Amino acid sequence: MEIFIQQLINGITLGSIYGLIAIGYTMVFGIIGMVNFAHGDVFMVSSFIALIAFLILTTWLGVTSVALALLIVLVVAMVFTSLVNWTIERLAYRPLRGSFRLAPLISAIGMSIFLSNFVQVSQGPRNKSTPPMVQGEFVLFTKNDYGVTLSYKQLIIWGVTAVLLAAFWYLVTKTKLGRAQRACEQDQKMAALVGVDVDRTISMTFVIAAALAAVAGTMYLMYYGVVSFADGFVPGVKAFTAAVLGGIGSLPGAVIGGILIGLIETMWSAYFSIDYKDVAAFSVLVITLIFLPQGLFGRPDVEKV
Amino acid sequence: MTLEATPERNRFAAAFYDAGVTALIAFGLLLPLIGFLTVTNIRNELELTTRWPLLFSLVGIAGFGRLFYSLTLAPWLRQRAMRPVPTTLPLWRVLLGKWFVPFAVGFVIAYPLIVLAINGLGGSVKWIDNFGIQILIYVMLGWGLNIVVGLAGLLDLGYVAFYAVGAYAYALLAKEFGFSFWILLPLAGVLSSFWGILLGFPVLRLRGDYLAIVTLAFGEIIRLVLINWVDLTGGYAGITGIPRPTFFGIPFNANEDGFAATFGLEFSPIYRTVFLYYLILALAFLTAFVTVRLRRLPVGRAWEALREDEIACRSLGINTTNTKLTAFGIGAMFAGFAGSFFAARQGFISPDSFTFLESASILAIVVLGGMGSQIGVACAAIVMIGGTEIMRELDFLKRIFGETFDPTQYRMLLFGFAMVLIMVVRPRGLISSRSPSVFLKERKNIGSDLVKEGHG
Repeated sequence: MEIFIQQLINGITLGSIYGLIAIGYTMVFGIIGMVNFAHGDVFMVSSFIALIAFLILTTWLGVTSVALALLIVLVVAMVFTSLVNWTIERLAYRPLRGSFRLAPLISAIGMSIFLSNFVQVSQGPRNKSTPPMVQGEFVLFTKNDYGVTLSYKQLIIWGVTAVLLAAFWYLVTKTKLGRAQRACEQDQKMAALVGVDVDRTISMTFVIAAALAAVAGTMYLMYYGVVSFADGFVPGVKAFTAAVLGGIGSLPGAVIGGILIGLIETMWSAYFSIDYKDVAAFSVLVITLIFLPQGLFGRPDVEKV
Repeated sequence: MTLEATPERNRFAAAFYDAGVTALIAFGLLLPLIGFLTVTNIRNELELTTRWPLLFSLVGIAGFGRLFYSLTLAPWLRQRAMRPVPTTLPLWRVLLGKWFVPFAVGFVIAYPLIVLAINGLGGSVKWIDNFGIQILIYVMLGWGLNIVVGLAGLLDLGYVAFYAVGAYAYALLAKEFGFSFWILLPLAGVLSSFWGILLGFPVLRLRGDYLAIVTLAFGEIIRLVLINWVDLTGGYAGITGIPRPTFFGIPFNANEDGFAATFGLEFSPIYRTVFLYYLILALAFLTAFVTVRLRRLPVGRAWEALREDEIACRSLGINTTNTKLTAFGIGAMFAGFAGSFFAARQGFISPDSFTFLESASILAIVVLGGMGSQIGVACAAIVMIGGTEIMRELDFLKRIFGETFDPTQYRMLLFGFAMVLIMVVRPRGLISSRSPSVFLKERKNIGSDLVKEGHG
């Protein structure tokens, strides 16, 4: 029981990170119908940006307050990652809009290879580890000498994720930009006819996706304290699994799918085998796509001739 | 309006403004990752150093590149686009179309002899092995995947799994039971084909991107099993000491009964390399030949019909289940052949050789070559694999950029960049016209923008 609760806490934490990345997949898929393969690597790049920003703040500028440092790191990572994703969309995906379906996918795979190798070449292939940023934990209860703990790190991740999701939810449902986005999702030509700037809306979608990925990247760095150039692929595929599980195109689905994937992964590691935890996540992906392609909250895809 | 008054000045102003914006964006993009370098110091702590000269030279290159583009290249491209398209092909294109294939086939057959004539026995191994064999493996894999993606229109991102099955089948059976290469080559093909059909079954209903992602997941699952099932596969360490292929029973070694001694030659490792080169060349030609013949059979035509429109295909009474499964099975079979060849050539395999990156590279070769075009796939394999291999040879760059400069680490960076670039410039691939397999009265080449694929 106590192990179960501990894994529940860990799983939700991990799942929040996946959920934040999954929103990026689901939004981009919703609006231009493409699997943005490079999104996992954008997440990895954001983690590196956060690492560098954190080092500048703590070692050069001598910021001692961890809360202030984290806040600045978060904003810096969001801004720079958004710029990266905006540029990627502009250079690698926009010229291919209206081309045949495989073209953007191949371009995105190329971009994914490019990004991970760019980080490898520019920052070196070794793991980058930081000293722990946030320490300390609450002991919730102790039973049979096993203390169930909730660390401050996990609490921060929950809090930041919740706040950002609320802000994001407001953005999508209540603002003009969100309306334009939902209009483009339904019918781009029609949206253009009624005066929505489709190109700008798609660009903004990529910017928002990147900003959320940057939050995930910062949280990932804070949680694990280590990042390497190859860290984009597997979290990327798992987040995509989350997006598919929740029903691609559905925003609450992405978050819930993320938390489910996080839980499945941690529970599997705890009760079955830690070696096969990625196999479990990939199997969930396969099973969902085969038996439940519309996901938990998605609309079924109607085939029209 | 000032636009009409001074168009020339305006153009310059716009170009400079544009270049400034580009430089600013480049600065923002490169500042975190190029401007700063994280280094682990002796106390195992992470430290920052700056690289301002590098950052500013890259930003400068971006800005001036953009300026150069908008002042010189862009007007020229606009003018070119305005030019009327010639209705008849120039003579050299006609001759090229007619003579390219016989010439290319002749060249690849003569390639080892040419290399031997130039470099002699000692210096040729590298050229035949790294360029010849390496590229031909990818040509063969590209042609095999071309059946699945290019002909049947099923987007497969886990093709490397079947390559892995072939390689491990050969390695394990040859080591445990001592079967020879010539028995195991077809057996590896059969086993891979079996796996292709097995994994093909559950994904029959999926199409497009979803199919790609599921096949990716299958590929990764197989790789993770290879890593974690240590008893069978040796895990990360892989399998070493895999028996090498023999020349119809005569081994390539320095012994009395070895190849060199039997034929009265002086021993040299080059004989094995040349033999392997012709072996993979024969396998690649087999793939190409089978594909060409299959396109004339009902099953090949069903594949192409499936690619163009699955619903129409089904309403015409084509069994789409069988059509898809044969495509998966035959495509996987060629991957199995290539895999067993790979294991035999290396003598060592590990899960590292079967990563997602390999699948992506093979798919990239097929798509970049122009799907369905065998010549295009071969050209793309030469450009992408030969291009990355040639990065190993660019030692002269060390003289320009200093001794620490290592061109090989930029291989995959440029590979990814080339994928994006070719897609943006030629989204239909290098060879983007194709001739129909079925035609009425005369064979006409059609531009590939008239056909669609990747929906299956």
